Amino acid sequence: MKRTGSQAIWEALVGEGVETVFGYPGGAIMPAYDALPGYAIRHVLVRHEQGAAHMADGYARASGKVGVAVATSGPGATNLVTGIATAMMDSSPMVCITGQVSSAVLGTDAFQETDITGVTLPITKHNYLVTRAEEIYPTLREAFHLARSGRPGPVHVDITKDAQQASFELRPEEGPVPRSGRKLRPSPPADLDRAAALIDAAERPLVLSGHGIVRSGASDLLVEFAEKTGCPVASTLLGLGGFPASHPLSLGMMGMHGEAWVNKAIQDADLLIALGMRFDDRVTGKLSTYAQNARKIHVEIDPSEINKNVKVDVALMGDAAWAVRELTGRVRSQKRSAWSSRISEMKGDSAVRDIQSLPHSGRLFAAHVLHDLWRLTSGRALVVTDVGQHQMWEAQYYKHERPRSLITSGGLGTMGFALPAAIGARFARPDDEIWVVAGDGGFQMTACELSTCAQENLKINVAIINNGFLGMVRQWQEFFYNRRYVATPLLSPDFVKLAEAHGLLGLRVTAREEIEGAVTRAQQAAGTVVIDFRVEQEDSVYPMVPSNSDLREMIRRPTPMLETGADP
Amino acid sequence: MKTAVAHTFVATVEDRPGALNRVVSLFRRRGFNIASLTVGTTERPGVSRITLVVNSDADTARRVQANLEKLVDVLQVQDLTGVAAVTREFALVKASVPPEKRAEVLRLCGLFRARVVDVSPATLTVEITGAPDKVDALLEVVRPYGIAEMVRTGPLAMGRGAEVNEVKVQAWMAA
Repeated sequence: MKRTGSQAIWEALVGEGVETVFGYPGGAIMPAYDALPGYAIRHVLVRHEQGAAHMADGYARASGKVGVAVATSGPGATNLVTGIATAMMDSSPMVCITGQVSSAVLGTDAFQETDITGVTLPITKHNYLVTRAEEIYPTLREAFHLARSGRPGPVHVDITKDAQQASFELRPEEGPVPRSGRKLRPSPPADLDRAAALIDAAERPLVLSGHGIVRSGASDLLVEFAEKTGCPVASTLLGLGGFPASHPLSLGMMGMHGEAWVNKAIQDADLLIALGMRFDDRVTGKLSTYAQNARKIHVEIDPSEINKNVKVDVALMGDAAWAVRELTGRVRSQKRSAWSSRISEMKGDSAVRDIQSLPHSGRLFAAHVLHDLWRLTSGRALVVTDVGQHQMWEAQYYKHERPRSLITSGGLGTMGFALPAAIGARFARPDDEIWVVAGDGGFQMTACELSTCAQENLKINVAIINNGFLGMVRQWQEFFYNRRYVATPLLSPDFVKLAEAHGLLGLRVTAREEIEGAVTRAQQAAGTVVIDFRVEQEDSVYPMVPSNSDLREMIRRPTPMLETGADP
Repeated sequence: MKTAVAHTFVATVEDRPGALNRVVSLFRRRGFNIASLTVGTTERPGVSRITLVVNSDADTARRVQANLEKLVDVLQVQDLTGVAAVTREFALVKASVPPEKRAEVLRLCGLFRARVVDVSPATLTVEITGAPDKVDALLEVVRPYGIAEMVRTGPLAMGRGAEVNEVKVQAWMAA
């Protein structure tokens, strides 16, 4: 049967099980859009293509499936770039489809022409320029396969307008054309045995649980492993939720704004078992003094990550779930009570978290907001955060029990990520309670997507942690630039009125006792709700390991405040 | 202190638009230092072969290989460092040689089995094929006369013996 290239695009997507795409039409992608109504695919019209990319990313992170973004050539395509780079850094499976000018005028600086495959080359797993209709279907099928296989990531397919328009004979039943390529060779049993021997011999082992645990669905396996070995588990930012926060062996987050005792435990450990994490500089601090007492086991699906930042003793190449299962079967059952009690001791001086020592003085602290939000949502919400102070406070005070309950831009640290990513997540998880936690700065970068929430009738709760500053930059200015607050004071619109202008409910909270009422009202409201939390303006995130410092060199909250037993 | 040595890699790549660009872009953004890069066709249609020399320590060299293997268009990467291999380079050298010195330079070139490909009243152009150190040595002896122009291809490499660098094609779409 004859098909157009445009039809081939949607047939490939239907074949991949795609139900929702996020996009924005324009000249070079119009033939594809014209063919869309013939297919059971919901198109979500975004307000800016960056939003489309973040939505596809958020959808992917919330579901584990491949997210899809669509844009036109030129500016439409370049607007996707930040979202693609975000997905690349956090290994999020995504396929971006862009229209391109007709092949006859490629390379002539035609209207809305950009060499977009040249632009996205270093920020995609792979990309394609398709100029013939018959190549569209196999290319897209291959793109989906690449996006989700191995270490997942974004794949970009740029399709010329004439390829969309041309007709050809499509036989999808023949399937995609096989291409050459390698499969990851998992590490041999001998390496697993070596790793198990290291674990058995260790007195102070520590699991570093990363995004790979979440991606590979290895949470239950990790609980089993930790309980059998008595190994405490620390998480990276993207690993939060991969191991239940309430588990006795859960330590919390490591790194720059990690728990003090976690960073101390890393420096004291004699074995690190790194599972699906990549020793990012925000996690290690100064490399030359990082975990000097520890042997290291690195479970990693991407061989190019081995020995990149931290030299390891045993590298286990493969999927985290596979490795954890294999290791659990090989290790001895141990209690390790001496090590556990030592960590409890270390916790001692910092166990009274800042939240409990913040006096209830009528002032509203971000920590209060996050703590109460955790309590009022019973810790079961899917939280999507933006980037900055609020992101770290969320990581510290919202206890995640389940994988895929926190979505955040870790590697690239993309401000403006939260709202569109939450919209994407909404389509993946229609029944879950979703909260956006964003700062007043980042929220304004993509606030236009409130309009998308209104048009698509979406239910998302938005908590703006509004401190009138670009808070994290202000904090660095306070600590490292003599409090010269250059370009960080921020004037925002009235967020309540902004919500109302979109036909949405807007609420304002200025004191702690108002938090519960506002959160409850948001939970009960039918549509998207924006809550403007007016918090302390010059509060900082503690503890903090300054960039490239030893993990023991933490900046602590300077004025210990009185504990108030009244805090919930 | 990590010591940098020359590592030679042979990468077989699918001959697709942009394949070379992907390899070069990888080196640029990861900060790997390319000493030389040579591309050519192979016994298989649609497959090109890139010979790469990288000056790096052993850890970086391993990461170069792992990163190359991540590229979809790259079929296979072989590390020929420290392996019995034939390594050959080609160079064209235009030396400033006045007629009275011509015989002397020709004699030197003869020692290296360099072949004269052009002569003018003031210059002598020779071609040489050999291992990179042989090319280095010829340049060394010609340099005092004055090298007006010179170009080298960078090395090509192939493992010795009956073992063949066979490109394994897997139908991974089925996986």
